[in-house]
Amino acid sequence: MKLHEHQAKTIFADAGIPVPDSRLATTVDEALDAVDEIGYPAAIKAQVHVGGRGKAGGIKIATDREEAEQYAEEILGMDLKGYTVDSVLVEAGVDFVDELYVGVTMDRGEGKPVLMVSTEGGVDIEEVAEENPDAIAREHVDPAFGLHPYQARKVVYEAGVDADVALDVASILSTLYDLYEDSDASEIEVNPVMITGDRDVIAADAVMNIDEDALFRQPDLADLAEESYEDDLERKAGEYGFDYVRLSGNVGIIGNGAGLVMTTLDLVDYYGGAPANFLDIGGGAKAERVTQALDMVFSDENVDAVVFNIFGGITRGDEVAKGINEALEQFDEIPKKVVVRLAGTNAEEGMEILNTDLVEVEKTLEDAVQRAVKNAEEVTQ
Amino acid sequence: MSIFVDDDTRVVVQGITGGEGKFHAGQMIEYGTNVVAGAVPGKGGQEVDGVPVYDTVDEAVEEENADASVIFVPPAFAADAVFESLDTDLDLAVAITEGIPTQDMAKVNKRLSETDTRLIGPNCPGIITPGEAKLGILPGNIFSDGNVGLVSRSGTLTYQVVDNLTERGLGQSTAIGIGGDPIIGTSFIDALEAFEADPDTDAVVMCGEIGGEDEEQAARFIGEHMDTPVAGFIAGRTAPPGKRMGHAGAIVSGSGTGTAQSKIDALNDAGVPVGDTPEEVADHVEEFL
Repeated sequence: MKLHEHQAKTIFADAGIPVPDSRLATTVDEALDAVDEIGYPAAIKAQVHVGGRGKAGGIKIATDREEAEQYAEEILGMDLKGYTVDSVLVEAGVDFVDELYVGVTMDRGEGKPVLMVSTEGGVDIEEVAEENPDAIAREHVDPAFGLHPYQARKVVYEAGVDADVALDVASILSTLYDLYEDSDASEIEVNPVMITGDRDVIAADAVMNIDEDALFRQPDLADLAEESYEDDLERKAGEYGFDYVRLSGNVGIIGNGAGLVMTTLDLVDYYGGAPANFLDIGGGAKAERVTQALDMVFSDENVDAVVFNIFGGITRGDEVAKGINEALEQFDEIPKKVVVRLAGTNAEEGMEILNTDLVEVEKTLEDAVQRAVKNAEEVTQ
Repeated sequence: MSIFVDDDTRVVVQGITGGEGKFHAGQMIEYGTNVVAGAVPGKGGQEVDGVPVYDTVDEAVEEENADASVIFVPPAFAADAVFESLDTDLDLAVAITEGIPTQDMAKVNKRLSETDTRLIGPNCPGIITPGEAKLGILPGNIFSDGNVGLVSRSGTLTYQVVDNLTERGLGQSTAIGIGGDPIIGTSFIDALEAFEADPDTDAVVMCGEIGGEDEEQAARFIGEHMDTPVAGFIAGRTAPPGKRMGHAGAIVSGSGTGTAQSKIDALNDAGVPVGDTPEEVADHVEEFL
């Protein structure tokens, strides 16, 4: 779960990390009131759950009221990489002489949290990692013991941070680790940490993502969740609770289990088609889930044909077949051709239940996918 | 022969009184697994399908000589259940639970480095040695015994590939689902090493997916340490960057690491043929044997 910059900064400030003075605004008038209080220069920053906001035009620095009004008008309501900007953070501009990167994340290879510090702040850190990996100093933390304060100092010195601000930066990093642990974060990143001419250290940006699997014990953070979807279909999937990713093709895909659904997508591509989506109905799905899943793919106007592939372990073929019948019997005319392949638990019972007037049936995954790809081709011809 | 489990394995089911635990304990027993005990705090003294339930894993070990556990405990309590298995010095713990917080698993991972207990999972379908023992939720009827080892990150993809193998009469020595989470116990390399050492495994299938670098590391291991032939499959070739494809671990990062192509290339470099379809994987195994 992603937090907005303003949410993360509130958490940072409460933990004692210096952040610039700021106000959240949802209208141009509110934004102007905010700059009147904060003064100039002021940053107007789009609050959306995407990286690279600056490059995409979602962050502007206003030096006077006219510019502030112009930028607030531009940014509020703009489409930023598929997301609509509903609010902006109006923030006091910081007069900096240096920018750092600091972050805490899980190193999945090591199975340990890792602290990261770089003096190449203010730019895309993934690019730095790729082009100049030595520019990022790293320190792994033993998750059973937690952070020893010396580790924060060590990694800051190792990164080559100026000696006169090193301890202040280490202190921020140490607090970030505490937040990482206490809030079940999957990632916390400040890029940049700004160093001012007066040698003050300020967290000018804030990225904080929370492990969704831990939200049950983080009720305050769960309340901050603000669903943001790239389109209505992803919103609908969120409401149904499906693992769903929309793609650009025209073959709708429904299956069970992440690996098998991914494989079905890959096979659609392999046989010359283009997958429209990833949709995992999960384990043990009952008839109602199946109906919802069909509703999802039928709602996608790009979809020309559907392949439904189930390999039952805990999911039962007869339940799936019932759901498919129920979903399709309500149509006078089936909106898009559906190819069904059932295997595994109760697959034979399922095959007998399936109303073959409504669906096409194939025995193997390969045959089912090829038939769906052909069905889609026939629609587009 | 087989790896990690066989008909001597004595299993305690943690969470045997819950819906999932009860159902799958029954399925395991039906398959012929020695399910000797259940462990559920507060339920000691009860029986489930004739299996005695104890309050702690420790009692299950003392009273019934359990040496392996299967964990069907809700995510909030699952890490604690894994610690209980590890601290009781079982040979093996299999965690089926999906959705354990990652930081809990980091702590489990640390403990694993200090014990001899093997952990499989979490968020996995379990392990099966066909005809001998099944620890987990895999549908027993699609497996047949034979000499092909299988290790996979995904559940249903495992079933698909096993089905293709069994259809052609290619039985399995042991099949392991290692799980789709970012931090897991048994890795591809651990399983591959055990298959290499097993005299009755003559070929291995490895099914990976996008995300992380485990497949790349496994490929290097195969190139340097394995004589047993390995056939590969990688799911997620069409996955867009930055989108989590169901599994918590299945994500191609924004900077382009964890892609299917990088894994396929690494496997090919190690001499491992990678099938474009599950059928092709079975073709490769057939050629090996």
